[in-house]
Amino acid sequence: MATEILMPALSPTMEEGTLAKWLVKEGDTVASGDIMAEIETDKATMEFEAVDEGTIGKILIAEGTEGVKVNTAIAILLEEGDSADDIASAASAQAPVAEVTAPAPVAAAATAAPAAPQPDTSPDWPEGTEMQTMTVREALNTAMAEEMRNDGSVFVMGEEVAEYQGAYKITQGLLDEFGAKRVIDTPITEHGFAGIGVGAAWGGLRPIVEFMTWNFAMQAIDQIINSAGKTNYMSGGQLGCSIVFRGTNGAAARVGAQHSQDYAAWYAQVPGLKVVQPYSAADAKGLLKTAIRDPNPVIFLENEILYGRSFEVPKIDDFTIPLGKARIARSGNDVTIVSFGIGMSYALEAAEKLTEDGIDAEVIDLRSLRPLDYDTVIASVMKTNRCVTVEEGWPVASIGNHISATLMERAFDYLDAPVINCTGKDVPMPYAANLEKMALTSTAEVMDAVRQVTYR
Amino acid sequence: MAARKPTKNSNISTDELKEFYRDMLLIRRFEEKAGQLYGMGLIGGFCHLYIGQEAVVVGLESATKEGDKRITTYRDHGHMLACGMDANGVMAELTGRAGGYSRGKGGSMHMFSREKHFYGGHGIVGANVPLGAGLAFADQYNGNDNVTFTYFGDGAANQGQVYETFNMAALWSLPVIFVIENNQYAMGTSQKRSTSTPDIYTRGEAFGIPGEAVDGMDVLAVKAASEKATAHCRAGKGPYILEVKTYRYRGHSMSDPAKYRTREEVQKVREEKDAIEHVRDLLLSGKHATEDDLKAIDKEIKEIVNASAEFAKESPEPDPSELWTDIYADA
Repeated sequence: MATEILMPALSPTMEEGTLAKWLVKEGDTVASGDIMAEIETDKATMEFEAVDEGTIGKILIAEGTEGVKVNTAIAILLEEGDSADDIASAASAQAPVAEVTAPAPVAAAATAAPAAPQPDTSPDWPEGTEMQTMTVREALNTAMAEEMRNDGSVFVMGEEVAEYQGAYKITQGLLDEFGAKRVIDTPITEHGFAGIGVGAAWGGLRPIVEFMTWNFAMQAIDQIINSAGKTNYMSGGQLGCSIVFRGTNGAAARVGAQHSQDYAAWYAQVPGLKVVQPYSAADAKGLLKTAIRDPNPVIFLENEILYGRSFEVPKIDDFTIPLGKARIARSGNDVTIVSFGIGMSYALEAAEKLTEDGIDAEVIDLRSLRPLDYDTVIASVMKTNRCVTVEEGWPVASIGNHISATLMERAFDYLDAPVINCTGKDVPMPYAANLEKMALTSTAEVMDAVRQVTYR
Repeated sequence: MAARKPTKNSNISTDELKEFYRDMLLIRRFEEKAGQLYGMGLIGGFCHLYIGQEAVVVGLESATKEGDKRITTYRDHGHMLACGMDANGVMAELTGRAGGYSRGKGGSMHMFSREKHFYGGHGIVGANVPLGAGLAFADQYNGNDNVTFTYFGDGAANQGQVYETFNMAALWSLPVIFVIENNQYAMGTSQKRSTSTPDIYTRGEAFGIPGEAVDGMDVLAVKAASEKATAHCRAGKGPYILEVKTYRYRGHSMSDPAKYRTREEVQKVREEKDAIEHVRDLLLSGKHATEDDLKAIDKEIKEIVNASAEFAKESPEPDPSELWTDIYADA
């Protein structure tokens, strides 16, 4: 049967082009792959190849014709057994045109009142639970050891995690208990071992990949986002990636600009990743255990200064905390202070000191940044009508900015003052002690912000 | 590319030769059809065709066993067909339809099949190399003798993470075959203009990884190399590098004006080195098959490809609700 040769689309954006030159004439035979014509698109001149074999029966569009729309018939191809009579029948047949389906109507922008928040107020552990004092370091170490005992597919890899016992001693003792097969020292090669970790997760294992610090993970960020974060979606749900990337994040003390960055906002922006930044030892333990069990990639942001701090941790076998549930660290009625990670130090200290001024602050520890517990924040702000956010990261596109925007969208009528974001300053981290202190946020800044939003 | 040397391995069976012919032809016809559908606007975005390189993946697959894994970059349609993925599902993914392997959410560069142990389909050049080593790591951890075929191009061979991976794969003796599909052009940059040494397979030497060059236009040579490499990996001897010298007839992607090489250069390879014609000659000259036998195969392939195009046109677009599914795996 004679078939029409259609004007091809030769780039993702081409709608029409110039038929610059025919390289075949009527009566010529062509085979698959033969170049038939040159076509000019908006970007370049392209060669157009035959797909089927046959004889050029008729050229419908002369060379030099401009503005030929994609899918216009430009020639008739006669296949074996066709005669010239078939030309007319082919030309009259409806040209197969790409099916254009109207986009499905998108749900109209929300005009109704936003849904009322439904915070999960259940306690993290039952009242009366026996507690023990533990550092954040011990909590993280215990969480990994417990999960490795529970599940043989869990392993740890990273720089100095095994024989050196961890650059920050978070993996101390794991090599002795679990052996070199499951506690693996890597070369200094973040991009490579992050990718190997993701591949191993696809192969059915549950890797814990330690970055000595998150600063070094910028070498590996393509694997974290493009490979770990996006593949479940790109595969239509076939390839989940159960992996934890963990390590110390944010400023330590006097280590300069390249070792002092908070990545919370960076990773929290990525759909497909989960992001956790604990403050207390109990949260560090409970959240890390949950993260290791999660079938998705979890970014676990720790803090060197917090490693040595002690907190009360419940003595419960298999203690876990769900991702995406904030914790009300202090109840209050006058203002909501929202923070996470080491920012909680400033938030809690400020709240304590503000009682002297008669200000009763509620302090929320987000703990998870993705998923983020919006409902707990919104319910609190609906009660206090004021909000201050606290984080050590940079101010532009910060977590605080996102909370502010969400409060405008979902609790605008409840706000009695603009939300203030206390953040690190918009500078690379300086080395000098005085400048470094200025570059971070502080308890004093949080107190000032609270006074502003409460007009005191 | 040097002229083809006579293939030493002559004890190849008629059935296997016919299978090679069939499998390579399926890829070529499928890709030609994909090019056509692209021209009609049914396939969008980037679409990288495998035409010319068919012998590489068909030859390598001939030495695999159940459980072996494969992962590649974005020129991936051939790999999927060669490992037994369904032409309908691949074509429907190209048209972005619900019947595609990723339900229309991945596209040409992002398809996967757990069932066939095909792990993509990756768009970032070089990134699939550590991922492949990670799959091999899991097999080693689990104590089986599976091998992972990690395919990448001569362009990707200049990415730093490739060498990070070579180092760890050698250090830990991972059962991974690094297949460098050297089609001589990294997009529009020839190997000469991008790569300091002509033989990429020697780049494993610094890490103690054995490597060899293979004529990628000769499916029998590729098969022999694949058997050698898989035996090496299965024996626990660590990674192996195969630099398979091949040639892509079409542009880098559909929107490639191909000004970096001459039409004569392409035509010469097609006429003198074409992998499918080679097997066709072997089949006919060795009296393994008649013209009619081959015509029957051609017809069968044409039917499969046409059916896949029909399926890919008929399959509906993904339901709007699919926008919000699969962001996370269920706990």
